[in-house]
Amino acid sequence: MSDLKVVKTLDCSGMLCPMPVVKTKKAISDMEIGDILEMISTDPGAKPDMEAWARQTQHDLLETHDEGEKYRFLIRKTH
Amino acid sequence: MENGKRKLALISSRGTLDWAYPPFILATAAASMDWEVGIFFTFYGLPLLKKDFQASVSPGSNPAMPMKMPFGPEGFQNFNWPIPNLIANNIPGFESMATSLMKKTFKNKGVASIEELRDMSVELDVRMIGCQMTMDVFGFKREEFIDEAEIGGAATFLEFAADANVSLFV
Repeated sequence: MSDLKVVKTLDCSGMLCPMPVVKTKKAISDMEIGDILEMISTDPGAKPDMEAWARQTQHDLLETHDEGEKYRFLIRKTH
Repeated sequence: MENGKRKLALISSRGTLDWAYPPFILATAAASMDWEVGIFFTFYGLPLLKKDFQASVSPGSNPAMPMKMPFGPEGFQNFNWPIPNLIANNIPGFESMATSLMKKTFKNKGVASIEELRDMSVELDVRMIGCQMTMDVFGFKREEFIDEAEIGGAATFLEFAADANVSLFV
């Protein structure tokens, strides 16, 4: 893991599409610009979906970690 | 497309549990990507806007639907039970049993319920238009539908869909 300062962690373990994306959107809405959200998902579909979500919303998907059973995403709110 | 936002226009025309999912999944996903989303609920899709609705699966009319058991060891759960059409169509109570098994399977796997997805659609400002003509045909009343639904016709939906980036009929 990097030394980025995570402001909030959202655990979407056990949830399938579209919940990780929906929950991420809701969590980001409640944060300040520049804040970093950590999102954890067990859904393999969350990886391509989070990449697409970040491109569409233009928030920064800073890091994606594949930890076997789990994926960990770091997202910076940009607007 | 206003304000540079992408726009999704959906028609939901089927009211079974399995077919209720695609419009709500796409709507919530698109709204989560800051798209503007509208769904036109027409014909059998309209009851999905009711305050109380009971969406069922209909295995008899969809022989490709896999029958899964939502309990027991993984191999047992993943087994696809072959159900002859004669049974799916003719045994009383088969549909409600299949519906409850399907709901349990969805829940166990981490799929949100239709009710949850609809609540989320409301929260994400998805525009939901109920078809006036269908209301008239089936004798539904305005007060049977959630307050967030608006009632309109084909022209109402088409005006919304006119500049949509993605339009789908489900």
